[in-house]
Amino acid sequence: MNPQLLQLICFYAFGFVTVAAALSVITLKNSVHAVLALVLTFFSAACLWLLLEAEFLALALIVVYVGAVMVLFLFVVMMLDIDQEKLREGFVKFLPVGLIVAAVMLVEMLGLIGVRAMQTKIMGADPALAAGMTNNTEWLGHALYTKFLLPFEIAALILTVGIVAAVALTLRERRDARHESASQQVKVNPRDRVRIVKMAPVRPDESTASQEPQP
Amino acid sequence: MADQLINQLVWPIIYILCIVLPLVLAVAMFVYWERKVLGWMHVRMGPNKVGPFGLLQAFADVVKLLIKEVILPTKANRFLYYMAPMIALVPALAVWAVVPFSSTMVLSNANAGVLYLLAMTSMGVYGIIIAGWASNSRYALLGAMRSAAQVISYELAMGLCLVCVLVLAGSLNLSAIVNAQAGNKGIFDWFWLPLLPVFVVYFISGVAETNRAPFDVAEGESEIVAGFHVEYSGSAFALFFLAEYANMILVSFLAAVLFMGGWLSPFPVSWGFIGHGGFPWLLIKAFLFSFMFLWFRATFPRYRYDQIMRLGWKVFIPIAIAWVFVAGCLKYWGLVSIGTGA
Repeated sequence: MNPQLLQLICFYAFGFVTVAAALSVITLKNSVHAVLALVLTFFSAACLWLLLEAEFLALALIVVYVGAVMVLFLFVVMMLDIDQEKLREGFVKFLPVGLIVAAVMLVEMLGLIGVRAMQTKIMGADPALAAGMTNNTEWLGHALYTKFLLPFEIAALILTVGIVAAVALTLRERRDARHESASQQVKVNPRDRVRIVKMAPVRPDESTASQEPQP
Repeated sequence: MADQLINQLVWPIIYILCIVLPLVLAVAMFVYWERKVLGWMHVRMGPNKVGPFGLLQAFADVVKLLIKEVILPTKANRFLYYMAPMIALVPALAVWAVVPFSSTMVLSNANAGVLYLLAMTSMGVYGIIIAGWASNSRYALLGAMRSAAQVISYELAMGLCLVCVLVLAGSLNLSAIVNAQAGNKGIFDWFWLPLLPVFVVYFISGVAETNRAPFDVAEGESEIVAGFHVEYSGSAFALFFLAEYANMILVSFLAAVLFMGGWLSPFPVSWGFIGHGGFPWLLIKAFLFSFMFLWFRATFPRYRYDQIMRLGWKVFIPIAIAWVFVAGCLKYWGLVSIGTGA
C-alpha cells in the first residue's frame, strides 16, 4: 500500500467522522450527547490537521478546545435542567431564520474560496520547510514573535480584557457570607489554642484494676 | 509489501506491547507496594497472605474484579456508562508513546512531544465527567464535578511549569529536554536547580491532577462515598483504577524526565561506569517520585475543597507565572548551561 493512498483513505475517514459528528451536534435529542458529538468534531478536525502536518495547531486545538472549553460546556449543560420537549417546540418557527443564516454563511464561504482561488501567489505546502526549519512549531513561534508580534499582543490584550470583564461582572462583595482569611489562619499561634500539660505517667492501682469489669 | 506491513504495523504493535504490559504489571505491583507502605506507616503488616510476602495480592484482586458482575444502575445511560472507563484509560495509556526511557528507547520521538502530553492528559478528564453523569447518581455527579474542576485548575499551573522547562530547553521534544540537562556537573546540571519552585509546584500539581491524597476530595469517602466511580463494579471499576495508577506513574516519570534529568546519571560523566546514563536511573528516579505519592497519602490529612482551589489559583499559578519570567531571564543571559546530549 503506498503512503499516498493510505493518507487519502485516512483523510476521507476523518472527514466523514468530522461531518457526521458535526451533523449529530444539531440533530441529537440529548444535549449532553450533542456536546460530546462536538468534542468528537473537534478531535477529528485535529486529526485532519495532523494529516496536513500542522501538528502544533492540531494539538493546540485539542488542548484548548477539547481539554478546556468543551469541559466547561459539558459542565454547564449537565448542570442545566433542560426540558427536551420544549427545546424541540420552536423548530418550525425558527427554521426560516436558520435557513437565512445558513445561506449567508454559504455565500460568504464561497466568496472566500473564490478569492483564494483567484490569488496567484500560492504559499508552499509547508511554510516551515520554506523558511528552512524542520519543525512546524518552531516556525510558528518565530513567525508569531517577529512578524506578527503586534497582532499577537493585541489578541492577548483583548483576551485579558475579556477575562477582567467576566470577573468584574460576576464578582460581588457579600456582607453576609462568612469569610476566612488564610493569612490570619497561618499566623495563629498554637499556644493560644492548645495548652500542653506535662504529666507524670499514672499506673492504675492494682486493687482497682481488678474490680473493673472485663470486656 | 509484506516487509512494509511488518515494518509499519507489526513492529510498532510489538513496541507498544513492550510498554503497556510492563506498565500494567507496574500498576499491579504499585498497588501492592502502596498497601505495604501504608501498612508500615500505620504500624501494621499490610497484605501478607497471598503468595510470599503477599506479593500475589494484587493479582488476586485483579482476578476478583474481573470475574465480578458489572452492574448497570437504573436509568443510567447505557452507552456512555460503558464508554467512560475506556475514555479514561485510553489517554492514560496513549501518553506513554512519547515518554523517553533512555537515549535510544522511545516509541515516538515526536517534535511536539510536550504538547501531545498536554493534549492527552487533558482528555483524561472526560472519562471522569462522563462516568459521573452517565451513572445517574448524585454522589457520582458531585464527585465528577469536583474532580473536573480540580483537574482543570491544576492543569493551568502544570502547563505554566512546562513552559518554564520549554524556555530553558528550547524544545518541545522530551528527549531534547533530557539532553539539555546533560553536563559535567551531574545532578547540578538538571533543571530542578534553576527551576526549584516550579519543580515543587509541578509535582504537587501532579498529585492534585491525579486526584490523589491529600487532594482526593473527588472521592472523599466520608462525604460522597467514592466520587465519580461509586456506581461502577467489576472490570469497569478495574479500568478506572488502572487509569488512575497509570497516571500516577506517568506523573512520576515526567517529573524525572522534565526536572531530574531523565535517564542521565546523577554523577559526573568523568566518574566512569556510574557516570553513564541509562534506563535504570530513570526507573530509580520515577520510583522515588511514586513513593512520594504514597508518603503524602499516609502523612497529610485531606485538604478542604476551597483550600485546594485557593492553593491552585492564588499560590501555584502566580508562582509559575513569575518563574516563567525568571526562566526567560536565565535563558536570555545564559545563566544556565544547556547541554546538547551525551
